[in-house]
Amino acid sequence: MAINFDKAFGIHESALNLKAQRAEVLANNLANADTPNFKARDIDFDKALQVAVSNQHSGLRRTHFNHMDSNIGNEIPGLSYRIPLQPDTGDGNSVEAQVEQTKFAENSMHYQASLTFLNSKIKGLLTAIKGE
Amino acid sequence: MSLYNIFDVSGSAMSAQTVRLNTIASNIANADSVASSTGEVYKARHPVFSTIMNDTLQSQNSGMAGGVRISGIIESKADAVASYQPENPMADEEGYVYSPNISMVEEMANMISASRSYESNVQVANMTKSLLSKTLSLGQ
Repeated sequence: MAINFDKAFGIHESALNLKAQRAEVLANNLANADTPNFKARDIDFDKALQVAVSNQHSGLRRTHFNHMDSNIGNEIPGLSYRIPLQPDTGDGNSVEAQVEQTKFAENSMHYQASLTFLNSKIKGLLTAIKGE
Repeated sequence: MSLYNIFDVSGSAMSAQTVRLNTIASNIANADSVASSTGEVYKARHPVFSTIMNDTLQSQNSGMAGGVRISGIIESKADAVASYQPENPMADEEGYVYSPNISMVEEMANMISASRSYESNVQVANMTKSLLSKTLSLGQ
Protein backbone atom coordinates (compact mmCIF):
# COMPACT_ATOMS: atom_id res chain seq x y z
CA MET A 1 0.00 0.00 0.00
CA ALA A 2 1.55 3.27 -1.12
CA ILE A 3 1.51 6.37 1.02
CA ASN A 4 -0.70 9.04 -0.52
CA PHE A 5 0.79 12.41 0.42
CA ASP A 6 -2.27 14.29 -0.86
CA LYS A 7 -4.50 12.52 1.60
CA ALA A 8 -1.93 12.24 4.39
CA PHE A 9 -2.71 15.57 6.02
CA GLY A 10 -6.47 15.29 5.69
CA ILE A 11 -8.59 18.19 6.87
CA HIS A 12 -5.76 19.91 8.75
CA GLU A 13 -4.23 21.49 5.65
CA SER A 14 -7.42 23.39 4.72
CA ALA A 15 -8.09 24.14 8.39
CA LEU A 16 -4.65 25.71 8.80
CA ASN A 17 -5.18 27.86 5.70
CA LEU A 18 -8.55 29.05 6.93
CA LYS A 19 -7.19 29.88 10.37
CA ALA A 20 -4.42 31.95 8.76
CA GLN A 21 -7.06 33.81 6.74
CA ARG A 22 -9.20 34.35 9.81
CA ALA A 23 -6.16 35.72 11.67
CA GLU A 24 -5.75 38.28 8.88
CA VAL A 25 -9.41 39.35 9.06
CA LEU A 26 -9.19 39.73 12.86
CA ALA A 27 -5.87 41.62 12.64
CA ASN A 28 -7.51 43.96 10.16
CA ASN A 29 -10.39 44.55 12.58
CA LEU A 30 -7.93 45.48 15.32
CA ALA A 31 -5.95 47.70 12.95
CA ASN A 32 -9.13 49.60 12.10
CA ALA A 33 -10.34 49.89 15.70
CA ASP A 34 -10.32 53.72 15.37
CA THR A 35 -11.40 54.09 11.74
CA PRO A 36 -14.75 55.86 11.31
CA ASN A 37 -17.48 53.81 9.56
CA PHE A 38 -15.41 50.61 9.64
CA LYS A 39 -17.48 47.47 10.29
CA ALA A 40 -15.82 44.48 11.99
CA ARG A 41 -15.85 41.22 10.03
CA ASP A 42 -15.23 37.59 10.82
CA ILE A 43 -15.11 34.23 9.05
CA ASP A 44 -17.71 31.62 9.94
CA PHE A 45 -15.25 28.77 10.36
CA ASP A 46 -17.74 25.87 10.01
CA LYS A 47 -19.16 27.25 6.79
CA ALA A 48 -15.75 28.10 5.32
CA LEU A 49 -14.30 24.67 6.18
CA GLN A 50 -17.28 22.87 4.61
CA VAL A 51 -16.74 24.80 1.38
CA ALA A 52 -12.97 24.19 1.50
CA VAL A 53 -13.32 20.44 2.11
CA SER A 54 -16.03 19.86 -0.50
CA ASN A 55 -13.88 21.97 -2.87
CA GLN A 56 -16.83 23.92 -4.22
CA HIS A 57 -15.96 26.74 -6.55
CA SER A 58 -18.79 29.20 -6.97
CA GLY A 59 -16.77 31.85 -8.80
CA LEU A 60 -16.74 32.57 -12.52
CA ARG A 61 -13.88 30.82 -14.26
CA ARG A 62 -11.98 32.52 -17.09
CA THR A 63 -12.07 30.27 -20.16
CA HIS A 64 -10.29 32.62 -22.58
CA PHE A 65 -7.42 35.03 -22.00
CA ASN A 66 -9.39 37.83 -23.73
CA HIS A 67 -12.20 37.52 -21.23
CA MET A 68 -12.46 40.02 -18.39
CA ASP A 69 -11.29 38.81 -15.01
CA SER A 70 -14.14 38.70 -12.54
CA ASN A 71 -14.04 38.39 -8.78
CA ILE A 72 -17.72 37.59 -8.40
CA GLY A 73 -18.15 34.55 -6.19
CA ASN A 74 -14.45 34.42 -5.29
CA GLU A 75 -15.03 35.90 -1.85
CA ILE A 76 -13.82 34.01 1.18
CA PRO A 77 -16.69 31.69 2.08
CA GLY A 78 -18.26 32.50 5.42
CA LEU A 79 -16.87 36.06 5.58
CA SER A 80 -19.51 38.37 7.02
CA TYR A 81 -19.99 41.35 9.31
CA ARG A 82 -19.99 40.93 13.05
CA ILE A 83 -23.06 41.95 15.05
CA PRO A 84 -21.83 44.44 17.68
CA LEU A 85 -22.68 43.89 21.34
CA GLN A 86 -23.03 47.58 22.10
CA PRO A 87 -24.82 50.37 20.24
CA ASP A 88 -22.91 52.65 17.90
CA THR A 89 -20.95 55.36 19.69
CA GLY A 90 -21.44 57.84 16.86
CA ASP A 91 -18.56 57.25 14.45
CA GLY A 92 -20.09 54.21 12.72
CA ASN A 93 -17.29 51.90 13.88
CA SER A 94 -18.40 48.47 15.07
CA VAL A 95 -15.03 47.12 16.31
CA GLU A 96 -14.98 46.00 19.93
CA ALA A 97 -11.31 45.65 20.79
CA GLN A 98 -11.81 43.18 23.63
CA VAL A 99 -13.91 40.87 21.42
CA GLU A 100 -11.39 41.00 18.60
CA GLN A 101 -8.47 40.38 20.94
CA THR A 102 -10.06 37.29 22.51
CA LYS A 103 -11.08 35.96 19.09
CA PHE A 104 -7.54 36.51 17.81
CA ALA A 105 -6.06 34.67 20.80
CA GLU A 106 -8.58 31.84 20.36
CA ASN A 107 -7.79 31.60 16.65
CA SER A 108 -4.06 31.51 17.41
CA MET A 109 -4.56 28.58 19.78
CA HIS A 110 -6.58 26.74 17.12
CA TYR A 111 -3.84 27.45 14.61
CA GLN A 112 -1.26 25.95 16.98
CA ALA A 113 -3.54 22.94 17.52
CA SER A 114 -3.64 22.39 13.75
CA LEU A 115 0.15 22.68 13.65
CA THR A 116 0.44 20.05 16.37
CA PHE A 117 -1.85 17.69 14.45
CA LEU A 118 0.17 18.22 11.26
CA ASN A 119 3.42 17.66 13.14
CA SER A 120 2.22 14.32 14.51
CA LYS A 121 1.03 13.29 11.04
CA ILE A 122 4.49 14.09 9.67
CA LYS A 123 6.14 12.17 12.50
CA GLY A 124 3.88 9.18 11.76
CA LEU A 125 4.81 9.28 8.08
CA LEU A 126 8.52 9.53 8.95
CA THR A 127 8.24 6.50 11.21
CA ALA A 128 6.50 4.59 8.41
CA ILE A 129 9.17 5.59 5.87
CA LYS A 130 12.13 4.81 8.08
CA GLY A 131 10.55 1.59 9.32
CA GLU A 132 12.32 1.80 12.66
CA MET B 1 0.44 33.11 2.64
CA SER B 2 -1.95 35.33 4.50
CA LEU B 3 -0.03 35.32 7.80
CA TYR B 4 2.64 37.53 6.24
CA ASN B 5 -0.03 40.10 5.31
CA ILE B 6 -0.80 40.59 9.00
CA PHE B 7 2.55 42.35 9.45
CA ASP B 8 1.51 44.88 6.80
CA VAL B 9 -1.91 45.33 8.39
CA SER B 10 -0.60 45.76 11.95
CA GLY B 11 2.33 47.87 10.73
CA SER B 12 0.01 50.28 8.93
CA ALA B 13 -2.09 50.59 12.08
CA MET B 14 1.01 51.27 14.19
CA SER B 15 2.18 54.05 11.88
CA ALA B 16 -1.33 55.55 11.82
CA GLN B 17 -1.41 55.54 15.63
CA THR B 18 2.06 57.12 15.65
CA VAL B 19 0.76 60.01 13.53
CA ARG B 20 -2.15 60.34 15.96
CA LEU B 21 0.25 60.48 18.92
CA ASN B 22 2.32 63.02 17.03
CA THR B 23 -0.63 65.38 16.53
CA ILE B 24 -1.60 64.98 20.19
CA ALA B 25 1.96 65.90 21.24
CA SER B 26 1.83 68.94 18.96
CA ASN B 27 -1.56 70.00 20.37
CA ILE B 28 -0.42 69.67 23.98
CA ALA B 29 2.90 71.42 23.30
CA ASN B 30 1.12 74.36 21.70
CA ALA B 31 -1.68 74.64 24.25
CA ASP B 32 -0.12 77.77 25.77
CA SER B 33 1.37 79.45 22.70
CA VAL B 34 -0.34 82.79 22.21
CA ALA B 35 -0.82 84.95 19.11
CA SER B 36 -1.87 88.56 18.52
CA SER B 37 -4.83 87.69 16.27
CA THR B 38 -7.38 84.87 15.92
CA GLY B 39 -6.01 84.02 12.47
CA GLU B 40 -2.44 83.39 13.64
CA VAL B 41 -3.36 81.26 16.62
CA TYR B 42 -2.46 77.54 16.63
CA LYS B 43 -5.32 75.22 15.66
CA ALA B 44 -5.60 71.77 17.22
CA ARG B 45 -4.93 69.04 14.65
CA HIS B 46 -6.70 65.69 14.40
CA PRO B 47 -5.92 62.84 11.98
CA VAL B 48 -8.69 61.12 10.01
CA PHE B 49 -8.31 57.33 9.63
CA SER B 50 -9.58 55.32 6.69
CA THR B 51 -9.35 51.69 5.60
CA ILE B 52 -6.98 50.64 2.83
CA MET B 53 -8.79 48.56 0.24
CA ASN B 54 -5.81 46.69 -1.14
CA ASP B 55 -6.11 45.92 -4.85
CA THR B 56 -3.55 43.15 -4.92
CA LEU B 57 -5.21 41.48 -1.99
CA GLN B 58 -8.60 42.03 -3.48
CA SER B 59 -7.71 40.01 -6.56
CA GLN B 60 -6.84 37.04 -4.39
CA ASN B 61 -9.62 37.18 -1.85
CA SER B 62 -12.20 39.70 -2.83
CA GLY B 63 -13.25 42.36 -0.38
CA MET B 64 -10.27 41.92 1.94
CA ALA B 65 -9.03 45.18 3.39
CA GLY B 66 -5.34 45.75 4.03
CA GLY B 67 -4.93 47.91 7.10
CA VAL B 68 -5.45 51.55 7.89
CA ARG B 69 -4.04 54.83 6.63
CA ILE B 70 -4.27 58.53 7.46
CA SER B 71 -6.49 60.10 4.81
CA GLY B 72 -5.99 63.62 6.12
CA ILE B 73 -5.34 65.86 9.09
CA ILE B 74 -8.08 68.31 9.96
CA GLU B 75 -7.68 71.50 11.97
CA SER B 76 -10.03 72.21 14.84
CA LYS B 77 -12.70 74.86 14.21
CA ALA B 78 -12.91 75.83 17.88
CA ASP B 79 -12.72 79.60 18.45
CA ALA B 80 -9.52 80.97 19.98
CA VAL B 81 -9.70 82.11 23.58
CA ALA B 82 -9.05 85.84 24.05
CA SER B 83 -7.49 87.01 27.31
CA TYR B 84 -6.68 90.54 28.45
CA GLN B 85 -2.91 90.79 28.96
CA PRO B 86 -1.79 94.34 28.04
CA GLU B 87 1.72 93.70 29.38
CA ASN B 88 2.25 90.74 26.98
CA PRO B 89 4.50 91.71 24.02
CA MET B 90 2.17 89.73 21.70
CA ALA B 91 -0.90 91.77 22.77
CA ASP B 92 -2.87 93.62 20.06
CA GLU B 93 -3.84 97.34 20.28
CA GLU B 94 -6.69 96.59 22.70
CA GLY B 95 -4.41 94.54 24.98
CA TYR B 96 -5.74 91.08 24.09
CA VAL B 97 -3.74 87.91 23.33
CA TYR B 98 -5.32 84.83 21.75
CA SER B 99 -4.59 81.25 22.79
CA PRO B 100 -5.80 78.03 21.08
CA ASN B 101 -8.91 76.34 22.41
CA ILE B 102 -7.28 72.99 23.30
CA SER B 103 -9.00 70.70 25.79
CA MET B 104 -6.24 69.07 27.82
CA VAL B 105 -8.63 66.39 29.11
CA GLU B 106 -9.65 65.45 25.57
CA GLU B 107 -6.04 65.28 24.40
CA MET B 108 -4.94 63.10 27.31
CA ALA B 109 -7.87 60.69 26.78
CA ASN B 110 -7.01 60.61 23.09
CA MET B 111 -3.38 59.86 23.94
CA ILE B 112 -4.31 56.88 26.13
CA SER B 113 -6.62 55.55 23.42
CA ALA B 114 -3.86 55.85 20.80
CA SER B 115 -1.26 54.09 22.95
CA ARG B 116 -3.68 51.24 23.81
CA SER B 117 -4.48 50.73 20.12
CA TYR B 118 -0.76 50.73 19.34
CA GLU B 119 -0.16 48.10 22.04
CA SER B 120 -2.89 45.79 20.75
CA ASN B 121 -1.38 45.93 17.26
CA VAL B 122 2.06 45.12 18.67
CA GLN B 123 0.52 42.09 20.39
CA VAL B 124 -1.05 40.94 17.13
CA ALA B 125 2.28 41.25 15.30
CA ASN B 126 4.10 39.37 18.08
CA MET B 127 1.57 36.55 18.11
CA THR B 128 1.76 36.29 14.31
CA LYS B 129 5.53 36.13 14.53
CA SER B 130 5.42 33.18 16.92
CA LEU B 131 2.78 31.41 14.79
CA LEU B 132 4.92 31.86 11.68
CA SER B 133 8.09 30.61 13.31
CA LYS B 134 6.18 27.54 14.52
CA THR B 135 4.85 26.98 11.00
CA LEU B 136 8.35 27.24 9.57
CA SER B 137 9.63 24.59 11.95
CA LEU B 138 6.82 22.20 10.98
CA GLY B 139 8.03 18.60 10.66
CA GLN B 140 11.39 19.16 12.31
